[in-house]
Amino acid sequence: MIKLRGLGSVVALFGSICASGALAEGTVEVLHWWTSGGEAKAVGELKSAFEAKGGTWIDSPIAGGGGDAAMTALRARVVAGNPPTAVQLKGPGIQEWAMEDALNNVQAVATKENWDGVLPPVLAEIMKHDGNYVAAPVNIHRVDWIWASPVALEKAGVTEMPTTWEEFNAAAEKLDAAGLVALAHGGQPWQDATVFEDVVLGVGGADFYRKALVELDPEALTSDTMVAAFDQLRILRGFVDDGFSGRDWNLATAMVIRGEAGFQIMGDWAKGEFLAAGLVPGKDFYCIPTPGEGYVLNSDSFTFFKVAGDDNLKGQQELASLIMSPAFQKTFNLAKGSIPARTDVPLDDFDDCAKRSHEDLLKATETGALVPSMAHEMAIPRSVRGEILDVVTNFFNSDMSSKDATTALAEAIQRAM
Amino acid sequence: MGNRFGRVLERRLPLIVVSPLFAASLIFVYGFILWTVWISFTRSRVLPNYDFAGFLQYERLWSTPRWHVALSNLVIFWVLFVLLCLVIGMFLAILLDQRIRIEGVIRTIYLYPMALSFVVTGTVWKWILNPGLGIERVMQQAGFENFRFDWLVNPDYAIYTVVIAGVWQSSGYAMALFLAGLRSVDDELLRAAAIDGAGPVRTYLRIVLPMMRPVLMSVVIILSHLAIKSFDLIVALTGGGPGFATDMPATFMYSYAFQRSELGLAAASAVMMLMTVIAIIVPYLYSELRRR
Repeated sequence: MIKLRGLGSVVALFGSICASGALAEGTVEVLHWWTSGGEAKAVGELKSAFEAKGGTWIDSPIAGGGGDAAMTALRARVVAGNPPTAVQLKGPGIQEWAMEDALNNVQAVATKENWDGVLPPVLAEIMKHDGNYVAAPVNIHRVDWIWASPVALEKAGVTEMPTTWEEFNAAAEKLDAAGLVALAHGGQPWQDATVFEDVVLGVGGADFYRKALVELDPEALTSDTMVAAFDQLRILRGFVDDGFSGRDWNLATAMVIRGEAGFQIMGDWAKGEFLAAGLVPGKDFYCIPTPGEGYVLNSDSFTFFKVAGDDNLKGQQELASLIMSPAFQKTFNLAKGSIPARTDVPLDDFDDCAKRSHEDLLKATETGALVPSMAHEMAIPRSVRGEILDVVTNFFNSDMSSKDATTALAEAIQRAM
Repeated sequence: MGNRFGRVLERRLPLIVVSPLFAASLIFVYGFILWTVWISFTRSRVLPNYDFAGFLQYERLWSTPRWHVALSNLVIFWVLFVLLCLVIGMFLAILLDQRIRIEGVIRTIYLYPMALSFVVTGTVWKWILNPGLGIERVMQQAGFENFRFDWLVNPDYAIYTVVIAGVWQSSGYAMALFLAGLRSVDDELLRAAAIDGAGPVRTYLRIVLPMMRPVLMSVVIILSHLAIKSFDLIVALTGGGPGFATDMPATFMYSYAFQRSELGLAAASAVMMLMTVIAIIVPYLYSELRRR
């Protein structure tokens, strides 16, 4: 009898293992290209959180080309009818795939957890197709930052941080005169475009930015304000050192870290470089928004592709819920250096730059000064973005006049539509 | 029975052995060429779609300034690359042909860059030509404060740095082919020329070079196809920059297909490249085949 009971408990145990297997929270395959340093760590957080809930995580990291290689793989997988569960895909790229009818929506989860209530509306709009959520944001990066080196500024006698482009130009001239590099910059098209969009925001304001770089209004693109923006970009070109061509952004950041350069205009992924070098924000380096009282938004997200099968669908829903959970948003963004996409996550453990970013985000949402980034594929399709990048980068690397640049811009957009 | 089977097999064996390869290249080379041509006539963006859209993509392609930059770069690079490789290769080959000592060692040294991939060549020259790291800095440190050599970062001259790196890589190869050609010239002829009182310059110009015509054609064809498909060298050396000043058709196609979700436009540019290659290869093949 005792033996039998023992056998019974073994059977029961076996049964419960099977049951727990069936009760597990599904399977997800996640395609991404976060393979370096802080990024890999951040995605590792998502993996372990998902596995802690009993799910199975199949990792598909595809490095190379800033996502180009991953996109090629994705294309092949979708055409073959075997898409991954979730893909690191953002901005209007989401809509491109939604239009091909390749996405699943996770509106059920979003309704239950009230995503609309916790995401900035500008961002929520990007995550939806036909009013339903098809993607979940993991973070918010601010693009319009100026990173400054106190050492370099002191050497040049700059005491006030610039709040307008005129003040910036004056400060940069002092740095230049002191024999320092005023603006650390890398001559790659996306970096040129990053500076460009920050300048457009500063010169024209948020409404103009939206008209020109989001709605692509031909009148705004050829307006005097746009000419003025290009003029300012031309001035900034003068503050860049000779060896800038092709330089990676983190090497430009290193110039600020070493105090060889005064400023860098770059999104807040640059912060990771400062922190990794052991510098303290506010003391060893400054972060201030670029002029213009706006907020240029960049956000990474996971987009949910059309998988079939209960196990996969369950995993997909679970993953969506997990990505948007406050606990995950916090750990992920502490690792990646951005701020949570949810605006209701307390930021006590974050650094001062992140807190500033969060405050300004809330303010900009209220005043309508929150704009999606053009350079970082949040505002317009990749094809149009590419054409704008060509013009901006061509302008930055030649002596084209601002007027010609605006004409070229309008023509390029005409062609890409 | 077995004997007959054996005979049939013997007769058919070449066909059987070759057919898988033939089928594979039929599908994966020519099949996909046709597919690309088809895609170039559609509105395909992220994913291929098959709705006919006429010459739309070609119209867009030819109104894109970047395409014109890519084309003019191709012409500059092609002409200079082939010409310089020919001249330098021929010169080195003639020098080596003077029955000098340690010829084997020198030949290896000249040929050695060929052993490197274009990616390595591009990376090395990127450092050499970088104003902050390479030649310019060395010269300035040596005391020539005003020395400037910033072609790599100057949009007007950047394409010539690609030529420099390409020529460095490939002229040794041209030399090897020319040397083989020179060695095949009959010694009797040269001796006869010497007896007739022709000097060395005249001997080379009038006798040796004309005899090298087939070798010359081969070298031009090989270098030309290297020039047209050049992609890795550009990517490693300049990344297409500054801006898109050193874009070539191949890098243009890559960036439109894989970075901008413009499959149709990229296919159109690929077809234009194919046309260029055909325009060179067909007359060559024609003249070669006619001679036989």
